[in-house]
Amino acid sequence: MSEQSSDPQDNQLQKKGLLGRLKAGLSKTHNNLVGRLDRLVFGKKQIDADLIEELEEILITSDMGMKTVQRLMLNVQERVSRKTLKDAIELKTAIKDEIYKILVTDEKPLKLDSKPFLIMVAGINGVGKTTTIGKLASQLRAQGKSVVLAAADTFRAAAIEQLDIWAQRSGADIIKQSFGSDPSAVIFDAIASAKRRGIDVIIADTAGRLHTKVNLMEELKKMFRIARRELPEEMIETLLVLDATTGQNAVSQVKIFNKAVGVTGLVVTKLDGTAKGGVIVGIADEFKIPVRYIGIGEQIDDLRAFNAKDFVDALF
Amino acid sequence: MFENLSDKLNSVFKKLRGHGKLTESNIKSTLREVKLVLLEADVSFKVVKTFIDEVTKKAVGEEVLLSLTPAQQLIKIINDELVHIMGDENSELDLRAVPPVGIMLVGLQGSGKTTTAGKLANYLRKHHRTPLLVPADVYRPAAIEQLKTLGRQLDIPVYDSKPSENPVNICKAAKQYALENGCDTYIMDTAGRLHIDEKLMDELKSIQKAAAPAEVLFVADAMTGQEAVNIAKSFNDMLDITGVVLTKMDGDARGGAALSIRHITNKPIKFVGVGEKLNQLEKFYPDRMASRILGMGDVMSLIEKAQASFDEKAAIDLQKKIKKNAFNLEDFKEQLLQVTKLGSLDSLMKMVPGFSKMKASAKDLQRGEKELTKTIAIINSMTKDERRRCEILNGSRRKRIALGSGTTVTDVNRTIKQFLETKKMMQRVSKLGLKGMSKLKMPF
Repeated sequence: MSEQSSDPQDNQLQKKGLLGRLKAGLSKTHNNLVGRLDRLVFGKKQIDADLIEELEEILITSDMGMKTVQRLMLNVQERVSRKTLKDAIELKTAIKDEIYKILVTDEKPLKLDSKPFLIMVAGINGVGKTTTIGKLASQLRAQGKSVVLAAADTFRAAAIEQLDIWAQRSGADIIKQSFGSDPSAVIFDAIASAKRRGIDVIIADTAGRLHTKVNLMEELKKMFRIARRELPEEMIETLLVLDATTGQNAVSQVKIFNKAVGVTGLVVTKLDGTAKGGVIVGIADEFKIPVRYIGIGEQIDDLRAFNAKDFVDALF
Repeated sequence: MFENLSDKLNSVFKKLRGHGKLTESNIKSTLREVKLVLLEADVSFKVVKTFIDEVTKKAVGEEVLLSLTPAQQLIKIINDELVHIMGDENSELDLRAVPPVGIMLVGLQGSGKTTTAGKLANYLRKHHRTPLLVPADVYRPAAIEQLKTLGRQLDIPVYDSKPSENPVNICKAAKQYALENGCDTYIMDTAGRLHIDEKLMDELKSIQKAAAPAEVLFVADAMTGQEAVNIAKSFNDMLDITGVVLTKMDGDARGGAALSIRHITNKPIKFVGVGEKLNQLEKFYPDRMASRILGMGDVMSLIEKAQASFDEKAAIDLQKKIKKNAFNLEDFKEQLLQVTKLGSLDSLMKMVPGFSKMKASAKDLQRGEKELTKTIAIINSMTKDERRRCEILNGSRRKRIALGSGTTVTDVNRTIKQFLETKKMMQRVSKLGLKGMSKLKMPF
């Protein structure tokens, strides 16, 4: 992967189909997790203690989290002791199946059937909320939907400007107020304006906040109270954006954001930069919250609907 | 900061404390648990392995078994090894060069480079330097605008970059600008990039060549998982970084990345970002951090903070007053203000040994902080006479105070009660001396 310069890789991406792009985007994960699995089983017939231990190491270093790793390992070891796994190759297939089983429950694409459909985007600082919104808005616009962006990150310097640029690029409208204004008011305005003008989708950008900051979480709750007062529950999607390079703290983020505002979908960004696609598996194992999108690169269509089979196939 | 890791290690050590003498087998089983704790804290697998190997080597040798208190000995070895991995002492920025001295910030997207640039400029100005902020992120929409806004907030000059310019040229021109405008330090905020993106990594190399910065700081998110080692290694291999800034340390991440990055790059962690405000950048102290990980509390930091904020003369005056039984509501307010000067209650709690073990939730602490402001407001609404002689506070006065401070009479009553209890307690302390202090419970 690293020998290639990025330009030819881009060209390769263009030629390949969707699965190919996904594979290329996840090549780091692939090379790391699965490449190592392949090397692990290569030339080995027998399943012995060393092999099991190495397998555990590979899973741990993929950021899957100890809970999930231990569960997977228990499962595998049980099957080994019952002699249902004959050799190392079967062991690999077994792991693949187990991971797929965990992930498939998370595969529920987002449906935007009623309008105005509100997508509230939350997450900690620097996970890629605004970029995700920009990509999503561009995709929805390309599908011919009318989109309005709500600049409810009134806290971070130049966050409104950043969203404004995305609005221009994607051809979406934007509802904004001045820096430091009440984010809930921005949400209210955006909903009112969308209702009046018959807009299809509203995407609200909220300020990044660490889940441990009680006051900021209260502010977020207020935005949701306003949103839920103005629109029925089923017309609101609460997306939590997670950075795939995050380690086990991702679990804490999902837990606390979910408790505060009821997360209905996840977006996992920056998967192209990490060897650790494992974080998705860990979170899927612990929470029953669907992964709506994954981010695998800088391009607009590098934000993709999550598909468990494609994901596992790209891994293996 | 690292309270989760501390909590877990504490429970591991608790088991160990039960044993009078350590055997090879219970050292090994303890270390196995330590290993799990570190892995769950996102310390890289490789680093955990090296760490455990080192500790085992020392622990299984006679060092531990022959000592009188083997469990404590083992904790000491683990502590020393943690300190050692994180760098034996704290290290400062080295800006001894012909001005203008360059500082370059590099890292992944979203690690917090732009915010860190602002904080660093603020920090340098406090240390008598004249910084210039240089936005060199021409890729992310409005990144330049973000730094310019931060510059305006801080009243620190920002080089006027344009998104259409080449980052290498921006940095070269900014250096010249710093020279001509009397700025002795310039901080370059580069675009976030993936460590595997060779084209962009090459661009960083070109900036480094052109600007020849004295410091290249790798800005890393404290929440980074197992990939931390690879990311840090790539940036270090490419740029030979001079230090690390760990951001978002105010979250509840276990912060294993600190160990991993330090171990893999062998470069010091120079600063930690502990909040969104522009003054929330602190120096990194490995020894304190190790104590914190082990749940021994960061008493050093607390003492330093207290020393910085407490007015010695005020303290002596107070002592005299207590002795003369002249402690009044005015002094009580002064005391409360001293506490708030130290920082938020919740950041203080984390530094006190044993408190990390207490299940005081963030909400409780913030409530405590609110109570504190309320109490101060109530005292502010009293007349001078009332503050000096609280016995004159009758029903109608209390009602007026409640109205004036936007609280209720119950709140006022509670404040008065707290004051009286504090007064009583202080009397007892001054009689008992320090020894008796531990037996007393603070009423607030």
